[in-house]
Amino acid sequence: MAANPAIELKDVSLSFGSNQILTGIDMSVDPGEFVCVIGASGSGKTTLLRMIAGLLTPTTGKVFSNGKPVLKPSRHVAVVFQDYGRALLPWRRAFANVSLPLEASGMPAKDRPARIRELLAKVGLAHHEDKFPGQLSGGMQQRLQIARALAQEPDTLLMDEPFGALDAMTRQTLQDEVLRLVSERKTTVFFVTHDIEEALYLGDRVVALDSNPGRVAYDIKVPLPRPRDQLTTREHPEFLRLRREMFEIMNKIHA
Amino acid sequence: MIAALTKSWRGWLFPVLVIAGAEIWFLFNPVLSDTLAAPSKIVSGAIETLTDGTLLKTTYQTLVAAAIGLLIGMVAGTACGILIGLARTADRLSSWSVEMLRPIPSVALIPLSLLTFGYGYRMEYAVVAWATFWPFLILTQHALKQVDVRLMEVSKLMGFGIFARIFKIMLPAAAPRLFTALRLSVGLSLVVAVTVEIAANPQGLGYGLMVSQESLRPDRMFALLIWVGLLGWALNYGLVWLEGRLFAHRAPGAVASA
Repeated sequence: MAANPAIELKDVSLSFGSNQILTGIDMSVDPGEFVCVIGASGSGKTTLLRMIAGLLTPTTGKVFSNGKPVLKPSRHVAVVFQDYGRALLPWRRAFANVSLPLEASGMPAKDRPARIRELLAKVGLAHHEDKFPGQLSGGMQQRLQIARALAQEPDTLLMDEPFGALDAMTRQTLQDEVLRLVSERKTTVFFVTHDIEEALYLGDRVVALDSNPGRVAYDIKVPLPRPRDQLTTREHPEFLRLRREMFEIMNKIHA
Repeated sequence: MIAALTKSWRGWLFPVLVIAGAEIWFLFNPVLSDTLAAPSKIVSGAIETLTDGTLLKTTYQTLVAAAIGLLIGMVAGTACGILIGLARTADRLSSWSVEMLRPIPSVALIPLSLLTFGYGYRMEYAVVAWATFWPFLILTQHALKQVDVRLMEVSKLMGFGIFARIFKIMLPAAAPRLFTALRLSVGLSLVVAVTVEIAANPQGLGYGLMVSQESLRPDRMFALLIWVGLLGWALNYGLVWLEGRLFAHRAPGAVASA
């Protein structure tokens, strides 16, 4: 018998009053798969992520995580928000921010420091544990949020345009770091972005959403070899072909 | 602090001129007044209150009464603010009571408090606590509503229970606003404590002022009056300084040394 999908959406719709946000979403993400969701703003991609996180309940249809219906947020599913400045606790130093999920899971206080330092080292913040989020650059704050998410030891990582607010150089560095971190633990990733190249570079699969109401327009496999590389992957003929195809798809959607 | 004082010397110009003018006026009009005193007389009055122990004793009494009353008002007000801020039922049940009780001036409770507790610290605690309860109640309630929704989502995602949510996320997030309530209430507690002492309670700086007035000693009265003003100023100055120390690191782009 095949393992349960990490994420499964069955005929999911969501509306606020008469405003239909998402309709008829059927989607399944295998364990360990890296799925990127792209769509214009207003296509409901963030809403979709929030339903998988258990922060929103669909109007109709069902959301499953590892075969279990999602009724509320679970520790096995971690979220990384785009607005790291709002998602981090500004009164806690980097160290204590990473400590938060460990406190939530009831890890004994004496076991936490080692785990926190290991996580901070993983995201390259080993020397910044005493800084407050406000004292870190945007890229470092996003790294901190990723470390906090990893502290949950999630099976599934939901990322909502995590690099949208960062400059191009920082974005590429963080893309590679995320790929490395999730491949270590075979974490399932649901990654929302509006950047076609980012989606192709990171994903095993790219799902494009059509808007008004949001629905799945295309679902494409990305058969590019791993590990990915900022130069060779982006110059790979298949990458270029898919990029063209995706651009055409997105243009057609938004025509 | 010295730098701050010298930098704003222009602000000192006016009071210094007033004091000098008053001294000169009294020099040429050496009247015995029951209501006014020359600045030099006020200085000697101040030295007198300091050496005979009045100043220290009454200051201690007023500060203790204000501080403990404030503490009671703060704990009760914050606790009720949390309850009303978080539980819709509590909000509905209390809305009328809050609107009815809040407008009662704290000073109007002096007779009741006197009847209940008699003279002494306890009646003063009660009135100060009443006065400071409301700013904490209202500001806590509002501060909790203004906690960023993103932080509330984070706490949901972490799977925190209600107490962890309050103490790990909501109260720390609301802390700067709660500190504003504290700053407001510290000033209020001093005002109310002195008022209670003037109106009823035979202790503290307010009573000292009354005694000076009744014994026709405007010099001592003015000395105590200026001292009360200085106390209020110093408390506020200290709290503003503390506020900066406590919350500076929260601002984006905060200095790394904070």
